[in-house]
Amino acid sequence: MNYIEPHGHMVSRTTDDYERMALAGCQAICEPAFWAGFDRASADGFYDYFRQITEYEPKRAAKFGIKHFSWLCINPKEAEDTKLAEEVIALIPQFIDKPGVLGIGEIGLNKNSRNELAIFERHLQVAQDYDQLVLIHTPHLEDKLKGTRLIVEALKNFPKIKPERVIIDHVEEHTIDHVLDHGFWAGITLYPESKCTPNRAIDMLEHRHAERIWMNSACDWGVSDPLAVPKTMQAMRHRGWTPEMIQRVAWDNPKAFMGQCEKFTL
Amino acid sequence: MPDWTPPTPVNLVDLGFMDSRSKLIDLAAFLDRVQKAGQDGDFRVQALKNALTLLSQDKPQRAKDVLLSFSDPSTEPIAKATMQGAIGAFKA
Repeated sequence: MNYIEPHGHMVSRTTDDYERMALAGCQAICEPAFWAGFDRASADGFYDYFRQITEYEPKRAAKFGIKHFSWLCINPKEAEDTKLAEEVIALIPQFIDKPGVLGIGEIGLNKNSRNELAIFERHLQVAQDYDQLVLIHTPHLEDKLKGTRLIVEALKNFPKIKPERVIIDHVEEHTIDHVLDHGFWAGITLYPESKCTPNRAIDMLEHRHAERIWMNSACDWGVSDPLAVPKTMQAMRHRGWTPEMIQRVAWDNPKAFMGQCEKFTL
Repeated sequence: MPDWTPPTPVNLVDLGFMDSRSKLIDLAAFLDRVQKAGQDGDFRVQALKNALTLLSQDKPQRAKDVLLSFSDPSTEPIAKATMQGAIGAFKA
């Protein structure tokens, strides 16, 4: 069965991973801008990174018949340095019209600091000004609950950004209802130890009837699995899901959200 | 979106018992190990023990409540991020 990987950091993955994902049925990968595992020294590093995800990765993916899309921002882990963050945000307009760019992301919070929140709001202003979709990262582990609440509150200050054009990612059992009940989309991340297992993801999908939810691997430079989505699709089969409902989660839902950007074509 | 079609009922105990049994024994062994090493006073171990008490409740929201027990309950942004990672349990 075909699927969409709506959140993968392919700059950190080998070409073998593209091949394995294609063999598993992946038709499209969407790559949010993120932390590289270390803090970049200047905005020049981000300029090259934006070129990599908007120009080079689409070519690498295309060799395996996979479409590649991307999102732009400075991630919250590097947002404590507000001067650097402002310089990176200033780069976004020159990349925003690239063919595969879907919106602003993954923005959000990491340690829930004032500077992170200020830079998050700066990104939301860009998204509002340029009428972009928004992909939001929620903090890890003990910081997730507070960060998710702060993010939802901050979004209320941008009424022109419609909730149905925002996805709040990395939800877990204690945050998913808060996100969906405010009208946003929710992303479930299938990531070892720090996020969600296939069975927990399926529990949440059943709890919310799979509405306005996508699932992703967020595969990156850490211990992660680029095949987490098809493996979860297999677990759904074991748990009695119909092919139609599996397709809704793995294909229809991400297509419906990202299809709000006219550049997302399959 | 089309209507929700619930999954065909399957035996979830058959599917998940052995995996859950294994994880529970692993947790028990971890607690034994850190106690023998005199490290069970660590706030993270205490957080685990507190979370274990939530497993015996009747409501089917144990995962949510365990996650809540590990979470920072405050509501205001902190002044400055002094680290980038997360520990897994909130330390007051």
